[in-house]
Amino acid sequence: MPAIELQNPSLIRPLALLMGLTALVACGQTTGVGQVNDPMEPMNRGVHAVNKGLDTALVRPASKAYGTVVPNPLRQGVSNVADTLGLPGVVVNQVLQARVGEATTNTLRFAVNATAGIGGLFDVASVLGMPKTDADFGQTLAVWGVGEGPYVELPIEGPSNVRDTVGFAVDLAMDPVGNVFKGDDATATLAIEGLSRLNDRYRYSDTVDSILYDSADSYAQLRLLYQQNRRHDIAKAKGGDGNGADGDFIDPYEDDFIDPYAD
Amino acid sequence: MSVNMVSGLSRRHFLGTGLAAAAALGAMPAFALSDAEARALIDKAVADINAIINSGRSEAQMYPQFEKLFASYADVAQIARSALGPAAKSASAAQMKAFTQAFQGYISRKYGRRFREFIGGRIEVTGAKPLKSYFEVISTAYLRGEKPFEVRWHVSNKSGRNLFFNIIIEGVNMLASERTEIGAMLDRRKGNIDALIQDLQKS
Repeated sequence: MPAIELQNPSLIRPLALLMGLTALVACGQTTGVGQVNDPMEPMNRGVHAVNKGLDTALVRPASKAYGTVVPNPLRQGVSNVADTLGLPGVVVNQVLQARVGEATTNTLRFAVNATAGIGGLFDVASVLGMPKTDADFGQTLAVWGVGEGPYVELPIEGPSNVRDTVGFAVDLAMDPVGNVFKGDDATATLAIEGLSRLNDRYRYSDTVDSILYDSADSYAQLRLLYQQNRRHDIAKAKGGDGNGADGDFIDPYEDDFIDPYAD
Repeated sequence: MSVNMVSGLSRRHFLGTGLAAAAALGAMPAFALSDAEARALIDKAVADINAIINSGRSEAQMYPQFEKLFASYADVAQIARSALGPAAKSASAAQMKAFTQAFQGYISRKYGRRFREFIGGRIEVTGAKPLKSYFEVISTAYLRGEKPFEVRWHVSNKSGRNLFFNIIIEGVNMLASERTEIGAMLDRRKGNIDALIQDLQKS
């Protein structure tokens, strides 16, 4: 149905990119713990330095100001609106992943929070026993069997890999909310999303600061964290408990160079 | 009647194979640790953690308590060795001893600092299962204002005692993270272990 693509030209580019990358990733090897698939490391490190500089100069101070000046209930409300606005996209991905139960719950969440929750300001759905679950197109690709490909650190967005970068672009293009709102409304949604992220940066400032500013190599630490957490989430999305791949863990008693009890 | 006989038979049969298995396992002390023992260790560790984080003490007062807890429930020698990676091979016994000591303090301060976020929260052990040559104990952390998340503990008795050697939070494991961190610190010191030990004592 080329008519659909013509109606929405913003979809064509990511999809073309996606097809090319699927072929690329399909022939790439999988890597376990300890091995890092990062052929673009020099460039990634450059991006990391810029991102870190942005955090130091802008994001961290802005999040501190936002967290200190704006009272918590209001910040939570803005974050709730951002969550609600993201739900249609999450539902699309959960349907694509055949996670029908979660897609249904999230559809109900959207309906309940948009109405009883006054446009998403209050997360009534969680109180009613409809927990939030997440999904994105990078995850959908993983569920479909696409490997993660080389590691990538994206400007502003941060840690990712080739597959998840494609997923990110597709999510932006197919986001039902983004396609509905135009002009001022689109700017408002962007602002809400931005404030929600500032709130996250504020809430998890201890963790983020320790990774970015206390690590001996914040680039390597962030890369490791992203890979491990992402693989865990994907294993969960595939229906496991998130710890399916036993081979992913280090067994210090099996490595030859680390057996103090050998002698 | 016949049902009872069958079940009686199968129970005896099961008992027989069970004994045979136990005898076989007895020959391999590395596998002698059971789910229940692994779970008991973490139950005890978690009870201690819960007591510390809800004791109302100051952060600085908590650090020595965490260090004590870490030293008694974790296989610190093995964790330190694994974090040091291939460099452990070339290190002298004295260097390894000093490194392990410095590592223990560094870990207690680093993670002790983060335990502030656990104040008012609790950890609950929910299960245990064998994994590779060790055991995995599964627990859930309930923190104030956060969605509950999963914490997994890897327990082994290869040191001669039941001790944990890794903690995995939402897929992120401490051993891998420390291997990256210590590796980077050692690189910064151009492979000089003594300089690394000094850095660890200061951090």
